[in-house]
Amino acid sequence: MINKVRPHLSQNELLVFERSSPGKKAYQLPELDVPAVDAAEALGAANVRAEIEGFPEISEVEAIRHFTRLSTWNYAIDYGMYPLGSCTMKYNPRINEVVARTEALAWAHPYQPAALAQGSMAVMAQLEAALAEITGMDAVTLQPAAGAHGELTGILLIRALLEKRGNPRKKILIPDSAHGTNPATAAIAGYAVQNIPSSATGVLDVSALAQIVDKDVAALMVTNPNTLGVFEENIIQAAEILHKKGAMLYMDGANMNALVGIARPGDFGVDVMHLNLHKTFSTPHGGGGPGAGPVAVKKVLEPFLPAPRLKRTGKKWAWDYNRKRSIGRVKAYYGNFGVLVRALAYILAHGGPGLRNATVDAVLNAVYIRKRLEAYYDLPYSQANMHEVVFSDHRQAKLGVHTGDIAKRLIDYGFHPYTVSFPLIVHGALMIEPTETEGKHEIDQFIEAMISIAQEIETDPQLVKTAPHGTRTSRVDEVTAARKPVLRWKPA
Amino acid sequence: MRYLPKSDFERREMLGACGVSQPEELFAHLPEAARLGRPLNLAPGISEYEIVQYFRDRAAENGNGFACFLGAGVYNHYRPVLVDTVVSRGEFLTSYTPYQAEIAQGTLTTIFEFQTMICQLTGMDVANASMYDGSTAVPEAAMMAVRATGKGRVLVARSVHPEYREVLLTYAKNQGMPVEEFGYDPETGTLDLEDLERKMDDFTAAVIVQTPNFFGIADQVKEAARIAHGRGALLVVVFTEAVSLGILEPPAEADIVAGELQSFAISPSYGGPYAGIIATREKYIRQMPGRLVGQSVDSRGNRAFCLTLATREQHIRREKATSNICTNQALIALMATVFMTVYGKQGLRELAEQNLAKAHYLAGKVKPRFSGPFFNEFVVKVGAVEDLNKQLLKKKIIGGLPLGRFYPELADSVLLCATEMTRRADMDVVADTILRAATPTEVTA
Repeated sequence: MINKVRPHLSQNELLVFERSSPGKKAYQLPELDVPAVDAAEALGAANVRAEIEGFPEISEVEAIRHFTRLSTWNYAIDYGMYPLGSCTMKYNPRINEVVARTEALAWAHPYQPAALAQGSMAVMAQLEAALAEITGMDAVTLQPAAGAHGELTGILLIRALLEKRGNPRKKILIPDSAHGTNPATAAIAGYAVQNIPSSATGVLDVSALAQIVDKDVAALMVTNPNTLGVFEENIIQAAEILHKKGAMLYMDGANMNALVGIARPGDFGVDVMHLNLHKTFSTPHGGGGPGAGPVAVKKVLEPFLPAPRLKRTGKKWAWDYNRKRSIGRVKAYYGNFGVLVRALAYILAHGGPGLRNATVDAVLNAVYIRKRLEAYYDLPYSQANMHEVVFSDHRQAKLGVHTGDIAKRLIDYGFHPYTVSFPLIVHGALMIEPTETEGKHEIDQFIEAMISIAQEIETDPQLVKTAPHGTRTSRVDEVTAARKPVLRWKPA
Repeated sequence: MRYLPKSDFERREMLGACGVSQPEELFAHLPEAARLGRPLNLAPGISEYEIVQYFRDRAAENGNGFACFLGAGVYNHYRPVLVDTVVSRGEFLTSYTPYQAEIAQGTLTTIFEFQTMICQLTGMDVANASMYDGSTAVPEAAMMAVRATGKGRVLVARSVHPEYREVLLTYAKNQGMPVEEFGYDPETGTLDLEDLERKMDDFTAAVIVQTPNFFGIADQVKEAARIAHGRGALLVVVFTEAVSLGILEPPAEADIVAGELQSFAISPSYGGPYAGIIATREKYIRQMPGRLVGQSVDSRGNRAFCLTLATREQHIRREKATSNICTNQALIALMATVFMTVYGKQGLRELAEQNLAKAHYLAGKVKPRFSGPFFNEFVVKVGAVEDLNKQLLKKKIIGGLPLGRFYPELADSVLLCATEMTRRADMDVVADTILRAATPTEVTA
C-alpha cells in the first residue's frame, strides 16, 4: 500500500536548443560608456569567430519555465528521505545559502590584497580550527576541491614524508570494502594497490595485516566506520602495526557523520584523513557537486601541506607561500571557499553539543531501521552498526528480484533508493544511510515501504522487477546509451 | 538543535524499539580508548540571526566598495538573477549525483544541455559533465593525452596560468610524467614557437597552451597545433576567460580543451567553487575523465538521459580508472548553463564585444607591454608596482595583478582587466594614476 505519494502531472519540456528561435533574447546589456571596438581590427580577422552555431535563443519567461519544469523531474532531500549509503544526504540549511552570498565574501577576488581579505581568511582559519578539534588532528588544509581530491592530497603528503625519510615505498593497502576512489587515488599518486580481504566479520583482519605490512607498504587507507557502517574495533592495533613498520594510516572520512563528537580519528591512530564537507557538514550536493575535501593531518605531516598556508602575523592573516617541503598546489587559489562558508555556518549553528546530538540521531535512525527490517531482509554482517546499515537481497534473489529492483520499487513509494550493490563484499547489497535529518514519521514510512516491497516480491515479483511505475520516466536503456553514445544534441 | 526533527519523546520511543535506554549505549561497542571522553571544545550552537551577523562581520573585514581591475583567471562579470533563482530550487540544490535516472531527469537533462553548449562554444565533439575547476582540468587533460598517445612527456607554455602549472607539477611529479616549460615572445606576449619547436621531441604526449593566455592575448593555437601534431603529440588548449569564446575563434585545432567557466555567472568567492571542463574529439571519449551524460530511451520509448560510459570511472574500474574524480561541480555547471541560456547566441557575442571595448578603452590610455591582440586584460609596465597599487587603493580601486610573483622578468608590470562591469570613470582614474606614477619613457617606450 503506497501512502506517501500519489501521481501528479508534470510538464513536458524540450531541450533548450529545440525551444530556440532566432532573435529571442533573455538579456539586456547596459549602453556602453566607452566607444565600441571593431573586433576584426582589435583581434585580427582570423581570430574572430562566426556565430556560435546552435547556441540557445529563448526569452526570459521561456528560460525560467524551462529550468523550473526540468527541476520538477528530480527527486531531492527537500522532497523526502534520501537514504543513499555512504553519501550522507542530510538537510541543507538555507541560511548557509544566504550567508555564502554575503556580498563582500561572494565577490572577494582571490588576488585582492590580504589587507582586504581578512574576513575571508578569518572564516577559513576558524573552519580549520573547528575541523582540527572535531577530528583530533593537528593541522588542516582546505585546498582540496572534493573527497577524492582530498584523498590524493593525503596520499601525496604520505609520499612526501616517506621520501624525506629516504624511501617513498611502493604500495598502498586497501580493504576490499573500500570506495572506488581509494584505489583510483593511490594509482594517481604513483602507488601500486594491494587489496586486502576483510575478515569474516567484515572488519580489518589485524593478524593478516601484521603479515602483510612490510617495508614496501606506504599506508593503509581505511574508512571508519567502514562501508558496512561498522566501527573498526581494531583500528588502534592496526595503527600500531603500521607505525611499527614505518607506514601510515590514512582514513577516508566519508563516514565521519557517525563519529562527530563521539570519537576522533586523531585519538585512534589516524595520521591523515579527508572530510567531505558535502556529506558530514551539510553543504548541498547540488546534483553532483561542488564539494570540498579538507585534509587533516598529524603534526609530522604539517610541513608538507599544500601551499599557501594561512599564517597569523601580529593581528593580521597572511598567506605563507614560503613552504619548502610542501607537496605543491592541488588547486588554484585556496579552496572551494563558498563551500567552506556553508560548512562553518553548519558548525556554528550546531555548536559542540549540537554536533554530537546530530551524530546520536543519525546512528539511532540507522539502528532503528536495522531492528525493524532485519526480519524481512538478510543481514550479512551482524556486528553493531553505526550511521548506516547494509542488508543483502539474499532472500529476494531466490525469487528473482535483486537489490536494483527493490531500489527502483522504492521510488514508487516516494523515496530515493538506497545505495545499490555496494560495498562489493556484500553480494546484492542494500546500503541504507538515513542521517539525522529524518524524523520518526519519515523513517516509519520508509520501513513500511521496505516491508511492503518484501511482501510484493513474494506475491508479485514482476511488479517489483519492472518498477518504477509511477514516475514520468520509466527504466532507462543504459546499455544502448553506452553502446551508441549520444553525448550532445545535434539539429535533426 | 533546530535541524534535528525528532522530539525527545520520539527519540525515547525509537531508543526503546532498539532495546536501548540511553543514547550512549549506541556507541558502547566502540573501544574505550577510541572514544572522546569529553565534549567537543566548540561553542554552543547559535541562532540563524547570529549566523548572519557573524558572516556580515567577517565580510566587513574584507574590502568593501572597491572597483576591481583584477582578472588573472577570475573575472568580475554580472550574474543574471535567473541563475540563483534556478540553482536555489531544492530539486537542483538538494539532489545527489544522478545515478537513479528515473528521478533525476532534471539534472541529467541540464547536464546534457551543458555538454552540448560546451561543444558548441569550443568546437569540440564531446564535453564532460564538469571538472573541479580549470586548474585541475589541466593535469587531467595531460594524463588523458598520456593515455591516448602512449607517450609520457608534457610541454607547457609559460603563458598558461601560473597556478594551473603548479597544479600540473603536483600531479605530474609522482607519475613519471616529466613537465617542461617553453617561453613567450617578449615583444608580442604570444607563444615562443621557436622555443616550442626546439623542445619538442617524439616522447611528448601533450603541448599545453592557453588562449587568451595569462597576459590576455589571443594566442597562436594553429601554429602550436602544427608543431605538436608534427611530432605526434596532442594539443591541449586551456582557457580561463570563457566570455572570450563569444568572440574569439574556437580552438578547433585542439585535441583536448581544458577550461574554467568562472566567468559564466560563478561568483569569484575568493577562489571557488568554480567549474572546469574537458572537451575533446570523439576518438578520445574513452580516455576522458569525469562524468558523461548520454541520451537514450526509457522502457516506454520516451527520450531519457542517463550517466554513461561509466566503465572509465573509479567506482567501476577502481585503480584502473581514467581518473579518481567522483564528485564534480554539477550545480556550478548548472549556473553556467543558465548563464549561457540567458545570454544565448547574440548575448554572449554582445557581452564579449563590451569586454573588448572596455579593455581597449583603458589600453588606449596606457600602452600595453605586449603587441599581441588581447581580449579583456593586458600587461602594462608601470615601474613601481606596489606604490601604484597603494595609490589606487586610496581611491577605492584594487589595481592590476603585480606580475613579479609569477614572472620575475615582469616585476615592473601589472595585469589589468576590464569587463562589462568596469566603469569608464574608474578606468580614467587608473590610467591617470599610472601615467602620473610612471616616467614618460616607461609608459610609452
